Parts: sequence; C-alpha cells; structure tokens
Amino acid sequence: MRIHEYQAKELFRRYNIHIPYGGIAFDPDEARSIARRIDRFPVIIKAQIHAGGRGKGGGVKLAESTDEVYSLTHGLIGTKIITSQTGPGGKLVRKVLIEEKLEIEKELYLGIIADRKTSKILIIASEAGGIDIEDEAVAVPEKIIRVYIDPNIGLQPFHCRKIAFDLKLTSSVWKQFVLMLQNLYRLFTDYDCSLVEINPLVVTAKQSMTALDAKIEIDDNALFRHRSIIEYRDIEEEDPLEVEASRFNLHYIKMDGNVGNMVNGAGLAMATMDIIKLAGATPANFLDVGGGTTIEMVEKGFRLILRDKDVKLVFINIFGGILRCDVLARGIVQAAGKTDLNIPVVIRMDGTNIEEGRRILYGSGFKPIYAADLKDAAQKISELAGTRKGLKR
Amino acid sequence: MSIFVDKNTRLLVQGITGKEGQFHARQCVAYGTNVVAGVTPGKGGEKIDDIPVFNTVGEAVDKTGANCSIIFVPPQYATDAIVEAADSGIEIIVAITEGIPILDMMKVKNYMGNIRSRLVGPNCPGIITPGLCKVGIMPGFIHKPGGPIGVVSRSGTLTYEVVNQLTLQGIGQTTCIGIGGDPIIGTNFIDCLDAFERDPDTKGVVMVGEIGGSTEEEAAEFISKNMKKKVVGFIAGLTAPPGRRMGHAGAIVSGGKGTAQEKIAVMKENGVHICEDLCTLGEFCAEIFKQ
Repeated sequence: MRIHEYQAKELFRRYNIHIPYGGIAFDPDEARSIARRIDRFPVIIKAQIHAGGRGKGGGVKLAESTDEVYSLTHGLIGTKIITSQTGPGGKLVRKVLIEEKLEIEKELYLGIIADRKTSKILIIASEAGGIDIEDEAVAVPEKIIRVYIDPNIGLQPFHCRKIAFDLKLTSSVWKQFVLMLQNLYRLFTDYDCSLVEINPLVVTAKQSMTALDAKIEIDDNALFRHRSIIEYRDIEEEDPLEVEASRFNLHYIKMDGNVGNMVNGAGLAMATMDIIKLAGATPANFLDVGGGTTIEMVEKGFRLILRDKDVKLVFINIFGGILRCDVLARGIVQAAGKTDLNIPVVIRMDGTNIEEGRRILYGSGFKPIYAADLKDAAQKISELAGTRKGLKR
Repeated sequence: MSIFVDKNTRLLVQGITGKEGQFHARQCVAYGTNVVAGVTPGKGGEKIDDIPVFNTVGEAVDKTGANCSIIFVPPQYATDAIVEAADSGIEIIVAITEGIPILDMMKVKNYMGNIRSRLVGPNCPGIITPGLCKVGIMPGFIHKPGGPIGVVSRSGTLTYEVVNQLTLQGIGQTTCIGIGGDPIIGTNFIDCLDAFERDPDTKGVVMVGEIGGSTEEEAAEFISKNMKKKVVGFIAGLTAPPGRRMGHAGAIVSGGKGTAQEKIAVMKENGVHICEDLCTLGEFCAEIFKQ
C-alpha cells in the first residue's frame, strides 16, 4: 500500500525524524493559513499524489507571499499532473503539502527496502541526494552505499556509523544521522514497510538532518496487524473498479485494451493476457478470481469486467483446481442472467469437475463461444479480433 | 526416481482440522500419499478419518515418524508453523499458505539457512511425484506417472495447464514442484534444477517463471554452467504493466527490473529452450525432448 508524502511525514514525526515545518491543505484557504503560520517566505507547495517525478511534472511550486500560496494552490487542486510515473492520463491533485523552505548545505539519498534477492533488509545511501537512485545505480554504481541487515539481528549502531562515514558526514551531524537511521529502521520494521525512502535527506545550514521528502510503502500482506495504517489508504488515488474488486477479495487491475478476461490463479491470468496479445488483441484487465472462490465471487468478477466500457470481448480461462468448474459455471450463469450481455464471451474450461461445469453451462440460457483448449481459444479470439470493429490492435 | 517426495514420504498435515487442511489431507490420502499425522494445537487426541491429530509437531514426529509436512495455517500463524516443523526435524516443509508478511518470511529464511530442513513455498501448490505421492493442492488426475520430465514453477494453475499439456502429449512427469509466488521463498529454481539434474530418471525439465525478481536469470546462469539436461522455459507476464503487483506478491516489475522480456532474453542466451506461446507448449516440449 502506498501512502502520501504528508502521511509518511506524520510517521516520521512520531519517530523523531526531523521534517520541515508545515501542514496539509485541501483548499486554497487552508493553504494560506498554513503559510501564515510558517510566516517565512518563500514556502513550498507540493501536490500530494501517489506518483513520483512531481517536480518535473509541475507539482512542486515556490510561493513568495500568502496571496501567491492561495493562487498557486488554487491552480494545483483540481488539476491533473502528468509525471513519468502517472501514465498519460495524469493524476488529479486533491490536496497539497505546504512547507517552509530550508537552507540546504548538503543533499543525500537514503532508502530502506526489503530485498528479495538476499532476504535481508537493505539500506541504500548516496552522497548525491535528489537524484533518481535507479539511474544513479546504473551510471555510478560505486557511489551507492549498500548495507545488508539480517532481520533476525536487526540494525546495529556500527551499520549506521559505517554509512555515516561513507557519506562523509561531518562531526556535527554524523551522530544525528546514526540516531535518525535507527529511528527510521524501527519505523520500517514496526510498520512492515517494503520501502522507506528519503530523497533528499538534507543537512540544513543550521546542521539539522531533515527529511525533505518521504516515501513509504507498506506490505499489503501485513496490513492485518496495522489497523491504524489502513486509515491512510487513499481510495481516490485508486481505480474505482479495482477498489470494488478488492472488496470482494478479487485481484483486478485495469489495463487499456478491450478484451476483458477472468482467470483463476495469478500466473495463468498473466499468461492469458499474453495469449490475448499474441492473438492480435489487447487485454482490458488482469483478473485473478483465485482458488477459494465462491459462486458469488465468480459472479462479481464477471460483472466487474462487463462494467468496463472498453470491453468488447470477454475471455474466461479456467483450469479447475481448488476452484471447481461447476462453481465457475454457476457463477457465470448467475451473472449472465443479471446483465444485458451484448458482447461475445469465449469460455475455455478444464480440470476439476469439468463435466458438471459443462452440464450447467450447456443447460443454461447463456450461449458463450466454447473453446476446446487454449489453442482453440486463441484462434477464436484472433478471429473475433479480426472481424469485430474496435478490437484489433 | 523423483525429487523431494516419493513412496517413503510420511506426511504430516499442520492445520489438519481446518476446512482447507481437512479437505486436502483427504485428497492427498485419496491420491495414495502416506498421511501419518495431523497437528492442531489443542486438538491432540482427535482423529480425522484414521489420521491421528497431535498438539505439537514434535510429538507427531516422535509417534509417527513423519518426515514431511504440509502447512495450511493462516498467514499470521504460518511462520510459527514453519519454524516448529523445522525445529522438530521435518525434512521437507511445504507451506501452502498465501499472504505471509515479507518481513516474517525474511526472518524464517535467514533462520532456515542454518537448518537442514528444506522449505518449499510459501504461497505454492506443493509437490507431486505422479503415481506415488502428492504433497499439495494440485488436481492429481492431470499428471502422468513415470517421467521423464520434471516441472518447476512459481505458479499454481499455470503449472496445471503446463502439466496437462505434457500429459496430453504422452509426456509423463518425474516430479512437479510449485516453488511459490511470493518474493521470499524457501526452495528456489536452482535448488530444483540441481535436484532434477542429479535425478537419473529425469531426462529434461520444464521451468515456468513469471515477472518480478531475478531468480529466472540466476537459474539461467546455473543451467548453462551446470546442466546437461535440456530445459524448456516459459515466462508469464509479457503484457503486465510495470509497478503493479500481478496477484502474486512476488510478481511485480519494479524500477524497470524483472520484466518478462529481460528474463526471456537471459534464458535464451544461456541455452534455455524458450516457448513464447503457452498454447503450443505441449507440442514444443514434445519436439525438444524428442531425442
């Protein structure tokens, strides 16, 4: 789960990690009153959206007066910002973070991630702050400091000292850094983060180690033990169909094609999207209905795909394992009975209880196009894509 | 022959009194697996059909000689169950559970590094040696006993699809193993490829990967350096958008890394026979493994 910069900074404050003075504003009036409280210009206005690259995308502004704070905020809220990470549609700005502008002496990069390759917690640091760390890692790998922490022993002070000295921090700040990193690590493990990133982490002219930016991602699998963090979820940042799917425990991801598809199992679902592409069409979504699926979940999943207006053809691909074909068939028939279906549906079904599944489908009023196997299904999708308007790539 | 599980496997089911545990314990028995015990804390002394239930794994091992365990407990208790099995001397631990927090799994993984037990999973369908032993949730009937092909995969139903296509081509399997869709897993591709290379009855391997991480690339390097047997590869997720978790916690392209295209390129370079169209995988394997 991603959270906003201002929410991440709230967590930072709780862990005694210095952040610039400021506050979150949902409208220009609020923005102006926060700027009054800061009372030192210029102040920084930062659009709060779930995407990086805001600076280049015009989502970060400097204001020299309270009036300018008002007008710039007015201009930002309600508009869409397009960055390298938002996709061509951009992201709508609904709130802005207003902060004091600090005098900066040095900019650093600091990140903590759960590293899948080594099964360790990895701390990444660099003397070049404010950069794109992935570009930097490719361009000047020797400038990237990496320290791997065994999660069973945890971060030791020497790890922090090593990073502080490698960052060439001066005597006035390295002790501050050591404390800060320990706090940050504690935050990382306390909240089951998969990523915590401060870019840039700065040394101010007053020799304070301060997090100018904050990015936190929380492991979805661990949310059950962080009820307070779930409140940070911003549903407005997510696709409405995806939000609805998650309510029914369905993994749905909206894509920009027009062949809707429903599959059991994530791997087969990805492979099914690839088959659609190979057949000359494009997938409209990823939808894994999973293993422990009920008739109701199948029905919800099927109806969800149909609500996507881009969908011109549906491909249902099920290899019955734990999800039995008869359960799938009942869900499909139920959904078909409740919707006005005017697009073709290709069904390929195999595995557990296939005969019973077929009997249910054949006996219903619903008339899909049956595919004998994957090859046959691909063939049928290809033919439909060739003949139906708007389906071809 | 086979890898990891065979007729000598004495299976213990952790979480046997739960709905899933009970259902799949019976399915394993029906397939012919020797299920010797179940464990549910507080339910020791009960029985599921003829299977005795114990309070602890240690007691179950002492009384029944269980050497393999399959775990069906919910994610918040799963790491506890894995460590209990490992500390009780279970040799092969198969964790079916999906949704274990990554930091929990990291701790387990680092702990298990010093222990003899082999962990398979989590978030996996398990292991099957067709005709002999099923330690998992896969539909047994799609498999064909007798080899000569081994199957290793990060996925569940996609593996069933692959196995089914092999069976329809008349190609049997020595062992099929699902290593799991999580970012942190116990047994990886290389462990399985190494075991298949050493298994005299396995003549070739089908390896099914997906986007995310770099284990396919590492496996490809291993294959070119250490394997004489042919390996067919398939990678799912060519059309997956970057930055999105595709159902499996581990299936995500992040920072431009872990794409299907990149994996396929590295695997090809290292002599893996890549099949790009899942629809024809069975035929492709028949052709490659012909000799």
